[in-house]
Amino acid sequence: MTTGTIHDIGYRHYQGRRLGRSYLLRSLYVHNLRSAWGLGRPARAKVMPALLAAIVLLPAVGSVAAVALAGEADALIRYSAYPTYLQPVISIFVATQAPVLASRELRFRVIPLYFSRPVLSLDFVLAKLAAMTTALVLLMATPITVLYVGGLVNKVPDAGAHLRDFSLALVGVLLFAVVLASIGLVVAAFTPRRGFGVAAVIAVFMLSWVFVQIVQGIATARTQFDLAGWLGLLTPFTLVDAVQVRLLGAERAGGAVPPGALGGLVALLVCAGVVALSIAMLHRRFRRGADL
Amino acid sequence: MRFPGVTALNDLTVDIEPGIVGLVGANGAGKSTLIKILLGLQPASAGQAWVLDLDVARQGELIRERVGYMPEYDCLPPDVSATEFVVHMARMSGLPPTAARERAADTLRHVGLHEERYRPIGGYSTGMRQKVKLAQALVHDPQLVFLDEPTNGLDPAGRDEMLELIRRIGTEFGISVLVTSHLLGELERTCDHVVIIDGGRLLRSQPVEAFTTDSGTLVVEVEEGRDELGRALARAGLTVRPEGRTLLVEVTGEHTFDLIRDTVVELDLLLIRMEQRRHHLEEVFATPAPPVPPGAAVSPRGHAG
Repeated sequence: MTTGTIHDIGYRHYQGRRLGRSYLLRSLYVHNLRSAWGLGRPARAKVMPALLAAIVLLPAVGSVAAVALAGEADALIRYSAYPTYLQPVISIFVATQAPVLASRELRFRVIPLYFSRPVLSLDFVLAKLAAMTTALVLLMATPITVLYVGGLVNKVPDAGAHLRDFSLALVGVLLFAVVLASIGLVVAAFTPRRGFGVAAVIAVFMLSWVFVQIVQGIATARTQFDLAGWLGLLTPFTLVDAVQVRLLGAERAGGAVPPGALGGLVALLVCAGVVALSIAMLHRRFRRGADL
Repeated sequence: MRFPGVTALNDLTVDIEPGIVGLVGANGAGKSTLIKILLGLQPASAGQAWVLDLDVARQGELIRERVGYMPEYDCLPPDVSATEFVVHMARMSGLPPTAARERAADTLRHVGLHEERYRPIGGYSTGMRQKVKLAQALVHDPQLVFLDEPTNGLDPAGRDEMLELIRRIGTEFGISVLVTSHLLGELERTCDHVVIIDGGRLLRSQPVEAFTTDSGTLVVEVEEGRDELGRALARAGLTVRPEGRTLLVEVTGEHTFDLIRDTVVELDLLLIRMEQRRHHLEEVFATPAPPVPPGAAVSPRGHAG
């Protein structure tokens, strides 16, 4: 054996500190956040998230450029509408990156190594959800911030209103992120094959969107406007948009949303339910993953 | 430190002392289940277990801080390097970042992974993967490691290297080891104590010397006159059976070795080798737990006479 000589270095016991739950949670969070952007993995894992982030950023940059060159303040894309406008690209980001967090370790059966350590299974799930949410916040908040800063630099009128809209849009982004992350992780966790996972997440976002657009169209044609609004709760982007429109004072960005403050509250409750349900489902999925 | 006193599986009660302990059983005997129960990964339906004097049911978290676990199946993501992976696993045991990096480097060196540890695990051989799995079980310096079938899929050289490593973990590193295998032969070279289970029941639990001295089969090979020697040994009361160029002799006690030596000398034969034959698990299963009484005839397949 070529390793014989090196083996002679004696074994040393570890006398140092062993950190507790908050350190584990933090480490898991950072690890998953890095994975979501392909960090710590080969270069090809970084291509997709970087490319999608660039695409998401592009309209914001274009919009700012238009404002700067044409001096048209109206050319600035509305902050709160940005995620809905870029829904396809954001969906693809969730579809490609959620499986990295949710199913990679299940597929390679790494989970038992975590749960044979002092890692709590609930923390394991919460760290993944928080990491995916953060990744999506970074993805969506960056272009919105570019819009806002671009507007400031170009001295668009009504700076106070812009600041308010921008702040509320960031709240909206947070809600978009946590809802999209929850749905994406659950779908990915239950489709262990990576290819299927990607397709399944895209299908859930896109098909629900198309389906809701169609039934809302029918309802509207029959002048059932309220019904059309409530149907909006069935697709993630419109669901969050409903909260933005009814509770955060934003303008509608996509499909019809349920009426009144009640509609907004119900939408918010549905969001909370989606998040709670996916935490419970992910928890069960990973506990089972530990038991191979 | 006392490590597990176990009540689990199907009325299995066994008390295991610190050291290197082998857990032997055929596939499906309940070895992995026992380890999972001891780790608190699976609840026992009934009964109690203690690991390092900690109750499995109530103090699982404390146990998991103090033990390491190497699963029997592949559990490594292919797209990260061994270093990256083991550092991460060290942190998951609560080691601060700097310590995690140092311990990971040390541990990978101890298991014999060098430059290749910076390459993605996907390109590793089975032997290297087993080493990474072992390293992640040791990186946080546990008091006890559970190694589930660590020699699975290894070639003879890799197997010897792994067994030697396990021996060193128990002696040099001072870490207690519970290692499973379906081959008794490889465990009796490595372990101080062997526990044999079958179908979830305890078959035997005894120090390894008990297996090697009181019972077993010797392989005796002589240059010429194999049949001559066989007849002489049979006359002297031993159970002898030819196999290929060799004779298989049942050991009935210390005197068996002397008897063979003396007979070879008397017949003026050239003795090439005399070695302990690897036990097959079936022999142990069929043999009653207490050592075979001297003189009792035990047929080669081990049906007690």
